Amino acid sequence: MKEIVEIIAKALVDHPENVVVDEKEEDGATLLELHVAQDDMGKVIGKQGRIAKAIRTVVKAAATRENKKVTVEIV
Amino acid sequence: MALSVEKTGKTIDEAREAALAELGAKEDEVAFEILEEPSKGFFGLIGSKPAKIRATIIERERGPIDKAYDLLKQIFEKMNLDVTIEKKETEDGELLTLVGENLGILIGKHGQTLDALQYVANLAANKGREEDRVRVIVDVEGYRERREETLKTLASRLAEKARRTGQKIMLEPMNRHERKIIHMALQDDSSVSTYSSGDEPFRKVVIEPKNRRRGGFRKGYRRDDRFGHGEGGYRRRRDSYEHSESEKVDDREVYSPDEKEELVDGITYAGSYDGKAHEYPANK
Repeated sequence: MKEIVEIIAKALVDHPENVVVDEKEEDGATLLELHVAQDDMGKVIGKQGRIAKAIRTVVKAAATRENKKVTVEIV
Repeated sequence: MALSVEKTGKTIDEAREAALAELGAKEDEVAFEILEEPSKGFFGLIGSKPAKIRATIIERERGPIDKAYDLLKQIFEKMNLDVTIEKKETEDGELLTLVGENLGILIGKHGQTLDALQYVANLAANKGREEDRVRVIVDVEGYRERREETLKTLASRLAEKARRTGQKIMLEPMNRHERKIIHMALQDDSSVSTYSSGDEPFRKVVIEPKNRRRGGFRKGYRRDDRFGHGEGGYRRRRDSYEHSESEKVDDREVYSPDEKEELVDGITYAGSYDGKAHEYPANK
């Protein structure tokens, strides 16, 4: 799950080397925190959060397959 | 991977073709080197020599579509999904068709997941490209076609309902592509007109019966007069549209007949659909 966020983020940003995803477990749910370079924030969020939403949608599909609950946050 | 083959043939062209067939490559993807010129020999019988060439695949620069392909491939790998991605050029863009078992998970509700994949694939493909942006379409074996059929059926059913009740009908929010399908499906239907209303991602199609006075409400009110483009409003103004991202919003999910005036004021019309941005604000 973590890798999926990484793969997508790296494909979109200008500084893929700065892409880091932290994985945290909270009450049986997985929280993925996506970190990117400051000037790449727009590239993973998008206008009105459209890109962030697309990333979440894809991750959600992957999570459903594994019966997991996953949230993605961009920090 | 400098893949290279040597081939012979009666002529150079023949040798080339044999080499291309073996490499499974197109002419512009291969560099040719002539090793031996053919010679006919004496009366074409004695001492004739075939042409011999060497064909080498040119290391191609990874194009935009390859980036999209790679991204999807990696995602599916991590999802443990066995997916084959078929590339095809179409007039609408580069089509990537996902083939495999049980890919419903990649479609999602109303194609949401598929659209998300398509969106990130487009971003990846066009990263760093200011011009010559490519359009990537991602489909799961026939899904988009089936969905199109569903939407067309829905469109004619709701048009019929609009006619019968004399009331306009607002559809659920759809993306640009799906709204286009609805508009196109009804553009030749002279009994209704269609337009889009609201802001993305909640923009929706409205189907409105023409000659609404006969439908029995709002006496003396004819929006045709008010907007000046009653008949075929969707199609007629194709040369005057411009793209606008910040249109007035009307995001009400439920819409009651009494509110029609306010709604109409905030309305925008969908322009002709030519694959480009196509919405333009209504004349006020």
